[in-house]
Amino acid sequence: MSAVAEAPLSRRDFLRVSVSAAGGLAVSLAWPQRDAGGATGATAAAPAAGMTMPDLPPAVSQPLGAFVRIEPDGRIVIGARGCEIGQGVRTSLPMLIAEELDVPWSAVTVEQLDYVVLERGTPPAPVSRYGAQGAGGSTSIRDGWNELRQVGARARWLLVQAAAQEWQEPPERLRTQDAKVLHPDGRTLGYAQLAPRAATLPPPAEALPLKEKSAYRIIGHPAPVADGRDIVTGSARYGIDATLPGALTALIARCPYFDGALAQLDDSQARRIPGVREVLTIPGPKPGATLDRNLAAGVAVVAEDFWAARRGREALRLKWTPGPGAADSSADLEQRAIAALGQRGKIARQDGDFEAARRDAARVIECTYIEPFLAHATMEPPGALIDLRGKRALLIASLQSPGGASTMVSAMTGIRRTDIEIRLPRSGGGFGRRLENDFVAEAVLVAQKLGQPVKVMWTREDDLQNDFYRPFGIHRLTALVDASGNVVGWAHRVAATARKHRAAGLEDDPDWIGCVDPDGFPAGCVGNYLAEFLPVDFQIARGWWHAPLPTFAAFPVESFLDEVAIAAGQDPLALRLSLLGAPRELDYRDHGGPKVHTGRIAGVLRDAARLIDYGRKLPAGHGIGLASHFTHGGYAAHAIEVAVAPEGELSIVRCVCAVDVGMVVNPLGAEAQFMGATLNGLSMALNLQITVNEGRIEQSNFPDYPLLRMAQAPEVEVHLSDSRFPPTGVAEIGIPPVAPALVNAIHAASGRRLRRLPVGAQLKSQKA
Amino acid sequence: MAIDLTLNGKPVSFAGDPSMPLLWYLRDHAQLTGTKFGCGIGYCGACTVHVDGAARRACVTPLSAVAGHAVTTIEGLAPAGALHPVQQAWLEEDVPQCGYCQAGQIMAAVDLLRSKPQPTDADIAVLTNLCRCGTYPRIRKAIRRAAVLLRRDSAR
Repeated sequence: MSAVAEAPLSRRDFLRVSVSAAGGLAVSLAWPQRDAGGATGATAAAPAAGMTMPDLPPAVSQPLGAFVRIEPDGRIVIGARGCEIGQGVRTSLPMLIAEELDVPWSAVTVEQLDYVVLERGTPPAPVSRYGAQGAGGSTSIRDGWNELRQVGARARWLLVQAAAQEWQEPPERLRTQDAKVLHPDGRTLGYAQLAPRAATLPPPAEALPLKEKSAYRIIGHPAPVADGRDIVTGSARYGIDATLPGALTALIARCPYFDGALAQLDDSQARRIPGVREVLTIPGPKPGATLDRNLAAGVAVVAEDFWAARRGREALRLKWTPGPGAADSSADLEQRAIAALGQRGKIARQDGDFEAARRDAARVIECTYIEPFLAHATMEPPGALIDLRGKRALLIASLQSPGGASTMVSAMTGIRRTDIEIRLPRSGGGFGRRLENDFVAEAVLVAQKLGQPVKVMWTREDDLQNDFYRPFGIHRLTALVDASGNVVGWAHRVAATARKHRAAGLEDDPDWIGCVDPDGFPAGCVGNYLAEFLPVDFQIARGWWHAPLPTFAAFPVESFLDEVAIAAGQDPLALRLSLLGAPRELDYRDHGGPKVHTGRIAGVLRDAARLIDYGRKLPAGHGIGLASHFTHGGYAAHAIEVAVAPEGELSIVRCVCAVDVGMVVNPLGAEAQFMGATLNGLSMALNLQITVNEGRIEQSNFPDYPLLRMAQAPEVEVHLSDSRFPPTGVAEIGIPPVAPALVNAIHAASGRRLRRLPVGAQLKSQKA
Repeated sequence: MAIDLTLNGKPVSFAGDPSMPLLWYLRDHAQLTGTKFGCGIGYCGACTVHVDGAARRACVTPLSAVAGHAVTTIEGLAPAGALHPVQQAWLEEDVPQCGYCQAGQIMAAVDLLRSKPQPTDADIAVLTNLCRCGTYPRIRKAIRRAAVLLRRDSAR
């Protein structure tokens, strides 16, 4: 068996014949394996046993081992490979397959695929059976767009070949429609009838031609959430709902000081709580070390159920030794960041000569913006169920990075990755929190000591206080305006707690990764441009937070564009459009590149402005703010109308979100994602911040981390462009412009410029 | 002393800790995991169930408080295989994203519609259940649609 890393995708497909759960013969088309780390890697065309013995199907049913299965009753079962965290991939990815398979969406049943690692090649290397399964960076649709349509096309091709043999007709004369192959004379054969023969045929040798957009009957058409009925009836299963026979529940008391340690433990009271089975300690990271496992030293209380574990944890008597960050506070961090802005930092991008231009400028405009740490606060707190018995691992958890979890479990236990089974239940939100697998590491540590399957559960307090937080940062922006009012220079200097601080896997990245967006607008549109990073040390862990860099960058940049326009006596929309200039592609090196299209930014800005009737006369106390951003390959703009009462009461009158994410796969799902991103952006901008005092996180539960509620949630008018471009993702693209559009609207309404997030009670205070 | 209650129409008895919140009885002992844990302090509403038909936050309701009462969870809202009009409306408006909070949202909406059969947006705004995905606009639409479905049902 040889490695075929360079072979075209088509040869890597293989077929297997199996008996479906219903007892009928099923065709399943397995997809090429990619390197488990995500990149395309060595795979071997492994003909399944079924291919050589088509008339001897296995006697027992097999688990869903591939993307397509056709049941004898005509049901089309399509495997969903992605981690479903609320972004809709359990619906949208199977839609790609179903379109090319040419089946009615109503005949499709979606089944979640596990994360499976196989070994292929010489020497054997781990490969992921289904390709890209993680959820991060809004990449699922981009990754699946060609691959998964080919999966559907291949299955259809085999069914057509089977019909051609049956009818003794050349396949070119046959068409397909609604899960049937059509003969020119009007005869038809259903896919279910053809499946047994199709499964015996060799797969096509090359990539197949795909449908034209005009022929789409599923892509571009609204499809409700595939497992919506399970959700509304309470039968959908999330990570937190997982159980295994004999599994116990653990809650962990974690050291509240970052890098601190356990000094004293008295568990005598805890052990007396009925239902408590064990109390054990787990080590935390070494101070200063890379944070690639669990975040804190802790004491795990293992019990028969959650309530006993919780009571046991409350009964622990603990003393902790504070770590090196024991004196850290947000107030101190802010002072240090301001001081850092007086120094020279690391240059992330430099065009022209900003300092020379500064000397010649007719006008220099400078503003400073502050953004807080943010927690993810997924509705379903982190947690993981793991069984490590028998030199195998079974992990059931709400994940965004199953590949990372598999790697970590293997590294911690020595279990081969092929012997680690990971099930992917629905996740109660992700937002980047589950890109980290610290909660998996905890489950491993507890299960190793316990020798029994265990479900580590987190409370909301655990979650808010042990997160990988969106970095805190202070942005100083400087614009240079010439005598004619043209913006001729732009500097964006960021003092922030470096994203890569103690992060795993970012060692080789520049220091500003995740904090400075060197190619974001208006880079490339202003002759003298400077982007600079000033790292400020601070202990707590930093992570990726929903459209991480764009959200962090958009608030200062798009607020400042407004300020510059107003200071230069220009309309904020007109200034943006004039800076964007002629529609063209510019280089964009960060995620979502390699190019950004200025015309598409202008397009969504114009759409948003048109929809909100920008420029119309507004009632007193009302104002409209605009902002746009290029995020992960997609384009979004917001236009928000607010009213600010004299005493500072803020109300959102209208909220428009205009989007260009290329061709839209599921308009119903995409609209939901942009509504959600908009409200998420408002939630963040209005109310959310994480602060530190004496080395501890100050917030502990929703009352002091107040997510938006129904009463504060406006209607969101989403406008999806009918774009000719290939699809990007949708989940994160709608967040970044929200906060700046909001503060720009507040300024337009009240004359008050808010340069610090969250908005909070600032409008009700006399300052600002 | 065992606690007796009615759970989704059936009598049940629990001999464990009477201070255990109803939520953890449902999830860990009755194996009804549709009711979700979100905050543990009665704030977010992910654990909303009905006690004698009224919405209650199960995470702060000790079992002793529901002794002798009738508890309905999302699993018992409609007979098996059927949908309550509010569940139906949720599907028709394609409300769920991650879906985690939706059982609680539905239970809260059913209770709201009992007292406000034709709710205005202001009536709906009293719902305090959190949704991290931002499904509120579609929840509003679904509640208005459910109001229509319920009126149609009662007119039959």
